[in-house]
Amino acid sequence: MAEELPVGCARPTGGPVGEPVEEIAKEATKLKKEEGQMIHVGEKAPDFVAPGYQKGKFISVKLSDYLGKWVLLCFYPGDFTFV
Amino acid sequence: MSIDSMFVHKMWDDHELAKMVDGGVPFPMLSDAGGKVGKLFGVFNEGAGVENRGRFIIDPDGVIQGYEVLTPPVGRNVQETLRQVQAFQLVRKTKGAEATPSGWRPGKLTLKPGPDLVGNVWKEWKTSMAFD
Repeated sequence: MAEELPVGCARPTGGPVGEPVEEIAKEATKLKKEEGQMIHVGEKAPDFVAPGYQKGKFISVKLSDYLGKWVLLCFYPGDFTFV
Repeated sequence: MSIDSMFVHKMWDDHELAKMVDGGVPFPMLSDAGGKVGKLFGVFNEGAGVENRGRFIIDPDGVIQGYEVLTPPVGRNVQETLRQVQAFQLVRKTKGAEATPSGWRPGKLTLKPGPDLVGNVWKEWKTSMAFD
């Protein structure tokens, strides 16, 4: 499900999947006030890939790889804070 | 998911979380440098440059069934999140034949939406059932 990442000195980043990234970035700054309205219950979650860490391994996770399973996606302000 | 790098996630897991959870965190800790994914989900806090406490329940079809977003100082109720997941799973299993009224948790009464229920919820569901 999660693909293991080779460890290097560069810091990997992820981002949206399936749509032109620049378009979204532009849209996001342009419609800053409407950002919260981009997400609706009952609609598909936007797909993304993100690097991560799980049980001793650096991995890359794509949300759509989890189709067929329930997913709980949690955002939090930062490591070493509570959740 | 936070804006921290996967390296910082490892440090946090190794040095603190492993002391709270045996073997460390079992699920993926994701990195969102720059908040690109957070912006996509509308939870990136532009002022502070961090993610707000957003929580999304996504079903097996990839559809968002529920979400909650809190500003950083207040933590979440994990029990309530589990309750919501259990409720959405039950609704999905019954293909919508059963619905979970206010205060539902596993084992408590569900409602069967339909013409017979209209105007008759009061016979089956009491306000005390909204509370534990």
